[in-house]
Amino acid sequence: MVKILAERKKQVFRQGQDKFDLACGKHSVAGSVSQRACVFCGARVVLYPIADALHLVHGPIGCAAYTWDIRGALSSGPQLHRMSFSTDLREMEVVYGGEKKLYRDLRSLIAEYKPRAAFVYSTCIVGLIGDDVDAVCRRVSRETNIPVLPVSAPGFQGTKKDGYRAACEALFKLVGTASVKDVSRFSVNILGDFNIAGEIWTIKKYYEEMGVQVVATMTGDGRVGDIRRAHGAALNVVQCSGSMSHLAELMKNKFKQPFIRVSYFGFEDMAAALYQVADFFGNSLIQEKTVALVKREIELVNPIVQVYRRALTGKTAAIYVGGAFKAFSLVRALRLIGMETAIVGTQTGGVEDYQKLKELCSEGTIIVDDSNPVELSAFLKEKKVDLLIGGVKERPLAYKMGIGFCDHNHERKIPLSGFSGMLNFTREVYATVLSPVWKISKEIEV
Amino acid sequence: MLLRHTTKEIKPREALLINPAKTCQPIGAMYAALGIHACLPHSHGSQGCCAYHRSTLSRHYKEPILAGTSSFTEGSSVFGGQANLLEAINNIFTVYDPEIVAVHTTCLSETIGDDLPQIISKARDEGKIPKGKYIIHANTPSYVGSHVTGFANMCKSMVTYLAEKSGGKKEQVNIIPGFTEPADMREIKRLAGALGVKTVIFPDTSDVLDAPQTGKHVFYPAGGVTVSELRSTGDSIGTIALGMTASASAAKALDAKFKVPCEILNLPIGLRATDAFVDALRKMGSVAVPDVVTEERGRLLDIITDMHQYFYGKKVALFGDPDQMVSLAGFLTDLDMKVVYVLTGTADGKFAERIREITKETAPQAKVAANADLFTLHQWIKNEKVDLLLGNTYGKYIARDEDIPFIRFGFPILDRIGHSYFPSVGYYGGMLLLQKILNALMDRQDRDCPEHQFELVM
Repeated sequence: MVKILAERKKQVFRQGQDKFDLACGKHSVAGSVSQRACVFCGARVVLYPIADALHLVHGPIGCAAYTWDIRGALSSGPQLHRMSFSTDLREMEVVYGGEKKLYRDLRSLIAEYKPRAAFVYSTCIVGLIGDDVDAVCRRVSRETNIPVLPVSAPGFQGTKKDGYRAACEALFKLVGTASVKDVSRFSVNILGDFNIAGEIWTIKKYYEEMGVQVVATMTGDGRVGDIRRAHGAALNVVQCSGSMSHLAELMKNKFKQPFIRVSYFGFEDMAAALYQVADFFGNSLIQEKTVALVKREIELVNPIVQVYRRALTGKTAAIYVGGAFKAFSLVRALRLIGMETAIVGTQTGGVEDYQKLKELCSEGTIIVDDSNPVELSAFLKEKKVDLLIGGVKERPLAYKMGIGFCDHNHERKIPLSGFSGMLNFTREVYATVLSPVWKISKEIEV
Repeated sequence: MLLRHTTKEIKPREALLINPAKTCQPIGAMYAALGIHACLPHSHGSQGCCAYHRSTLSRHYKEPILAGTSSFTEGSSVFGGQANLLEAINNIFTVYDPEIVAVHTTCLSETIGDDLPQIISKARDEGKIPKGKYIIHANTPSYVGSHVTGFANMCKSMVTYLAEKSGGKKEQVNIIPGFTEPADMREIKRLAGALGVKTVIFPDTSDVLDAPQTGKHVFYPAGGVTVSELRSTGDSIGTIALGMTASASAAKALDAKFKVPCEILNLPIGLRATDAFVDALRKMGSVAVPDVVTEERGRLLDIITDMHQYFYGKKVALFGDPDQMVSLAGFLTDLDMKVVYVLTGTADGKFAERIREITKETAPQAKVAANADLFTLHQWIKNEKVDLLLGNTYGKYIARDEDIPFIRFGFPILDRIGHSYFPSVGYYGGMLLLQKILNALMDRQDRDCPEHQFELVM
């Protein structure tokens, strides 16, 4: 049995063996090789896809360097978000404060690039040396006439989830600041999709075909102007439970905008998302169009998916992802292609999320919160899975153990959302699970 | 154009950094620590730092990278990180069972002012460090220096914490290979072995970050310099430090502490830098250079001879770490190329002078900058184009926008393989490097030349 840190025992649950009492939302144990990141990371990933804004990282160089264009959040227009701007704080500023430098840098960047808004991320030591970032932002905003939004993200002030929250708060300051004149009463905002590999374009096309206007996409392929009038949309459709629910709540309270949670991954969840939106408007034309769309799309790809299913039936998978909502969809989508999930874990899931996972998964499944490579590799070995779905740090782990891998995080290169995305996903799973390389590596072992 | 936001006009910019050509100290310290056998690097700071370093190293090496973190909270930032580090040390030895833990600090723990030696000795007093196990630490504030500085600091810590003098002399030479790839460290070992010199190479990431596929995940792969080897470095005949910025401080520390004489050389990239390295090894180890090595040298020289016309006069831009830049600028200049732009993100007061000394005859107008960013390099290129660009993956934006042949060289490389498997040091590494350069230049010629000039034989 795997050696688990005593403090972590409650964060692992075995379906059918343990009484459900999973502890989560806990701070990681010091010394644990956690796969989690920090507040800054959460804020940065949420805001970074806004392509016509300036993103300035206030702190030493590392935080800017490690987040420079690592997430393939595509833009159909400006590419300003793909540049890396840093105040590159040095020893002197740590001693005497970085406000002056921040002011000067902001002014010169805004003059040079004429962005529609600027986000200023404060990192660990900014929180510590006590720079008044808010005051600098207010001043620059006044002088340049664009929104300059402080994003308080010192890494130690919580988890990645707190970073999502800080990002939502910054976005909320933009919402409601522009005219909603041309917004249809059949309109939505897309929240919680970052347009990795162009996924938001697929979803947007579906909505438009249904006769529903998409006002703002947050934040994938995002534009400041759209976000400013996002309060005009009739409905917020929130994907990815962790990252943008807070903004949806804030908008609900202030603008009386209802929201629904959806997932665009897998046939079932994708179809449910579109039907939910259609039902919300209760317009028969929209509903008819939605039914036709779903039927056409599924008929188009399902026969091909079924071919792969035959080859994949009986294979098993492990899932280790950031948010729980993604995990739900993955369990369902894998089932659709004949695969059962033997291990499922998240970095940031809550109690309800894990309860739901428990209901979704079959007997013997291991459910784990905030895992680490030692545990993960022991679980993978124990369950002899054929596939691991995870992010950048998990990939080499799977490969070394001779297990197939599929990236469901920033490093996916093909769109996995939507009906066509399900086919892409199936192909990707097939290619890795049935790759001849595993046969060769097993031959060596013998 | 992805970098359409880069302007041709160059305005003076104070301190503001656009598109960095460096990153922060801790990742260099983590990389160096991975070159000790059965070592768990530990990041004393917020969780994010550790996650970023592990992700970046994972992307560069395509290997699992394991490291612990003190997981700072609001409380630790007020009351100091001592409690976190003590808990971490306890957990690490209990669960991950490393031989040694190499702790590096972050901007956060440095600014709070955590006293690492004091915390480590407290851990020892409280019995949290099992018998025969070690903890070392390096101060690596992110707001000083760059990833290269962090690497150098961790190398120095290996010496200050572990090196000993037993009284007797050991017939071995210490080699500090600098912030290079596992393949480079492997090649340096091979070359020294061919000369018949016994060496201790530290750090040594070969067989750690280029580990073979075995179907098993091993927490501590086979490679890495062992703690006992590190302890023996005080008894060695001498030390060869490769690269002034990454390796000199550790070598000097060994000299100061145990009178182990050191020779500080450029990284052995290219023919002449490798000559200097081989010569130093020969003298220090009192050996003769065997024919196999002389023949290798001859093969490298043969390629240069055969292809010199393709190198002549080609304008090159380079960016990367100071030690790499110095050697590379020298090698390319020897090839009769014009090294017109050389840039490093690391602050280094002597950099410009050293590069200019190399390029003064072939490219007297060369632009050279330390503590600079890729925005600046791109602006230079916009004003006057080059025939070839060498640098890390982030150079691909410039290469695409300006349509320049591009060779990936340095850290990080996030979009190609090879750097961890094929060396660029030594005579053999030089041959591989030449092959890359020629392929890039000649592929371009094949692509761009008019049909009637398209040649079969080149």
